[in-house]
Amino acid sequence: MTRKLDPAALASPSCPAPATPERVILSHGAGAGASARLLAERIFPHLDNPWLAARHDGAVLEAGGARLAFTTDTFVVHPLEFPGGDIGSLAVHGTLNDLAMCGARPIALSCALVLEEGLPLEAVERVARAIGAAARAAGVPVVTGDTKVVERGKGDGLFVNTAGIGLVPAGRELRPDRVRPGDAVLVSGPIGCHGAAVLSVREGLAFETEIESDSACVAPLVEALFDAGVAVSCLRDPTRGGLGAALHEIASAAGAEIEIEEAAVPVAGPVRAACELLGLDPLFLASEGRLVAFVPEAHAAAALAALRGHALGRDAVRVGRVREGRPRVVVRTALGARRLLPLPAGEPLPRIC
Amino acid sequence: MRFVDEYREPDAVLRAVDVLTRRATRRWRIMEVCGGQTHAILAHGLDALLADAVELLHGPGCPVCVTPLETLDRALALAERPDVTLASFGDMLRVPGSRGDLFGARARGADVRVVYSPLDAVALAERLPERRVVFLAVGFETTVPAVAGALRVARARHLANFSVLAAHVRVPPALEAIRSAPDARVDAFLAAGHVCTVMGTEEYEPIARRLRVPIVATGFEPLDVVQGAALAVAQLERGEARVEIQYRRAVRPEGNPAARALVREVFEVVDRPWRGIGIVPSGGLALREAWAAFDAERLFPELAGEAPPEPPECRAGDVLRGALRPPECPAFGTRCTPERPLGAPMVSSEGACAAYFRYRVADAAGAAEGIA
Repeated sequence: MTRKLDPAALASPSCPAPATPERVILSHGAGAGASARLLAERIFPHLDNPWLAARHDGAVLEAGGARLAFTTDTFVVHPLEFPGGDIGSLAVHGTLNDLAMCGARPIALSCALVLEEGLPLEAVERVARAIGAAARAAGVPVVTGDTKVVERGKGDGLFVNTAGIGLVPAGRELRPDRVRPGDAVLVSGPIGCHGAAVLSVREGLAFETEIESDSACVAPLVEALFDAGVAVSCLRDPTRGGLGAALHEIASAAGAEIEIEEAAVPVAGPVRAACELLGLDPLFLASEGRLVAFVPEAHAAAALAALRGHALGRDAVRVGRVREGRPRVVVRTALGARRLLPLPAGEPLPRIC
Repeated sequence: MRFVDEYREPDAVLRAVDVLTRRATRRWRIMEVCGGQTHAILAHGLDALLADAVELLHGPGCPVCVTPLETLDRALALAERPDVTLASFGDMLRVPGSRGDLFGARARGADVRVVYSPLDAVALAERLPERRVVFLAVGFETTVPAVAGALRVARARHLANFSVLAAHVRVPPALEAIRSAPDARVDAFLAAGHVCTVMGTEEYEPIARRLRVPIVATGFEPLDVVQGAALAVAQLERGEARVEIQYRRAVRPEGNPAARALVREVFEVVDRPWRGIGIVPSGGLALREAWAAFDAERLFPELAGEAPPEPPECRAGDVLRGALRPPECPAFGTRCTPERPLGAPMVSSEGACAAYFRYRVADAAGAAEGIA
């Protein structure tokens, strides 16, 4: 093979800075800075409308006097099964959670499967069984769907897309721009278990651990908050990009600073240990069964009590607050220093030593 | 978590800072050698806590940062070969060579894999017998035994399709170069604890004696760094220049003899160009003649090229020698960010520029600023 020389590099008197990537790279899907830029520069300009502009987990539409929440999500997790879950249950929980983050009570789901030629039918059925079980457990039917097959090598075994609709009861207004300085920031439990569980079985990275994915439907927690009369400003499920990315999105949409206490952020011991070993920050690992709630300070105690009253929210804690200031996320360290929490540039990468 | 929590305990750290500050009669310049220490310092705000007594200079201990451009270009050219699967640690994939990075090569169709361990690359070679699997081996003495061990496994399994592109570097010659430079500003070194865990501290004795510089093998948690600095300050105040070990829970003067033997069996000391610093005599490790069959440099000689020129705007060399603090660089945070880096220190998880960007700047506008 001949070594290709880049004519642009030869023409340039100096070594060029790496050009803007013109192809899709994995960082575009990592939920951090590159993902946001891909959407802002290449996709949203062509679809511009007020629902997308809200940058919420789903859209809330007025129809026939009712308010409908509508959302969709695609699942490309590999391997298809991981400790504590599988792609099927994850696809159900993920979409139900996006509806719940809009304050909606789910009505129905759709499910589309993209199957790769050669995948054992038994694996397809296992995924379908998991989808059915998770949907039944949540009391939400899968009412429509689609199946496509792609040639061997053109898909990673199996991809799942789910979409969901739900009804938003009157009086629930959850939007990032409703978050105000003075709001408390709560999380419903330890973060990063899903991300760590999937990493622990990923090809080439496998390590022994007892960590299990936290994948679960958090809709009951949302109902518990509203039942307790909490005037919730906004909810997020810290999936791709983790708690860190969720806080950045909200800080940016609310135009305010979010300060979190490093020592208050709940991280399970094994997840912390895995992150220490792998050089990853648990703040940016995905959770699939947690929520972040922004509530007025005066309602923080009631909100925590409501969350803790449910098994999924037993370990709910307050991690920080929203402050006047420029949109950014600040960490107060255990030693009392304040430092910025920037979004990672791309995929979380293992370090060298 | 044991061995972590007690070294992050705020009261213990603040007490140690207080003791150190009261002992210092002037502001000493101490270089932490390892990028892992640099990140700990900035993440926990230790530089500010110590500022009255110590100016911390950030050293060259980022293996990704000192890997020369020609090695990166070579890895890129290897990855672009249709018969090659290139494996490396994740950090390496985003470092810009002169023609882009390995992630970009992967997006264009190259087979590039992230592994956590060199043994994973050996397993890859076993699983893909029709591919030539090359492991881009980067790192200080810490990672070398694992690579040597993986080579032993590959040889025992008669894997003819596995090879290593070795860009390993050694710490002691770099300390010597930094301390003997005409513009040297360093009063004492905090040596990299994990390198010393493997290699011990004996190699540092002649450097401390000859160049009259205290060297303290130091760990990576906040209390480790403060204790290491305190030992260095105590020596400086007494006019001493010795090798000391702060990181006693991991480091012995003789290091890890089994790991050292393994390194000696597979690797030999060579002169090596360090990116941003130049040729460091005895600064690297290369595969011995006996391991030529596994040496990508020998197996793919056609890829050896001229060293491409460095981007003139990138002052990584000055940063790596402790001569320039990252925020003082004109390109910092503007022309050079983690997403569009000019040089490796802005990319690597151990790079000093990345540490400042992560913990001190990185606001939406990208402008450099402190944080109150």
